[in-house]
Amino acid sequence: MSKFKKKKGGDLPAISTASLPDIVFMLLFFFMVATVMRDNTTMVENTLPAANQIEKLKKDRTMFIYAGKPSDQYKSTYGKEGRLQINDSFVGLESVQPAVFEYIATLPEELKDRIVVGLKVDEGTNAGLVSDVKQELREANALKIMYVTAQKQDE
Amino acid sequence: MAKRAAPEVNAGSMADIAFLLLIFFLVTTTIEKDKGILRSLPPIDDSEVEPPIIKQKNLFTILVNRQDRLFVEEEDMDIKDLREAAIDFLDNGGGVNAEGESCDYCQGKKDPASSDHPDKAIITLKHDRETSYGRYIEVQNELVAAYNFLRNREAQRLFGNRYPNVDNVFQAMLDEKEKNQFNKDEKLNADIQRIKEMYPLKLSEAEPDKS
Repeated sequence: MSKFKKKKGGDLPAISTASLPDIVFMLLFFFMVATVMRDNTTMVENTLPAANQIEKLKKDRTMFIYAGKPSDQYKSTYGKEGRLQINDSFVGLESVQPAVFEYIATLPEELKDRIVVGLKVDEGTNAGLVSDVKQELREANALKIMYVTAQKQDE
Repeated sequence: MAKRAAPEVNAGSMADIAFLLLIFFLVTTTIEKDKGILRSLPPIDDSEVEPPIIKQKNLFTILVNRQDRLFVEEEDMDIKDLREAAIDFLDNGGGVNAEGESCDYCQGKKDPASSDHPDKAIITLKHDRETSYGRYIEVQNELVAAYNFLRNREAQRLFGNRYPNVDNVFQAMLDEKEKNQFNKDEKLNADIQRIKEMYPLKLSEAEPDKS
């Protein structure tokens, strides 16, 4: 009766799913590439304190310094006092400045003077250790710091 | 030795395998975003210039001792009262700033015994070497909250009509700046700067005593 129906005779042709794997692989590759595996393992206990007045961190110009008590498998070698970790090793205070300079050298030109140092410090650490680090950073002229914290829910 | 044509491999289940992998990566991916409290350290000053004398009433001294107890202006205080106390101190506006202007936007008590002007009001934070870092961040957080509260109040008053349905106007302005970081909005930046200058963050941290 309608003139549209006349054209199609029999059943609908099945939609070809042959390209479905291609689409899925495309997504798969996207996620594989976008996934960043943690690039360094923390060798210290690292429970971050919580805060709610926080800002986002610009990752492209940030170097991280970890501090806290050595985690269980390092306790026998490094003791129980709070220690610093930069990249993948325990360091002393005197290594903070060279590490900062080394990191600045790897930054692109336009970010060199905008370096941010992210302090990931365990909440049980003595604040004196942190102020020592800050003093070192002042001497290295890396003045922007960020106390990396967890998100605290408001009341 | 009959040569047979190789049978075609059924590729129908390829999609399933790919989905499986895809779901695995979807689940394991955590897009981590670090957040925290941003601070600028004071540069090292070697010059022999005498530091200006600051009146005691313009100083708000906070001391955190080794038992994580909090002393504000030499009195014991609970952490949850700190924000209120800091707001009262900053917003007092009892006198004039360096240019001789009185604070016309302050809504504090105008107590002559407390800070003169937000411009002059300085919070000093001192902690012991054995203070825990968690407590230290808690205190920092409360102080930043006090500044944010005041800045937000002024942003609400001055620019609130631009953001009608927003609770935190100052935050909304900062978010907008972040969003438009590639085409700079001079006016917005100037407005943010103006708010920041109304309540400049003046926090001095004393070195803990070496013992």
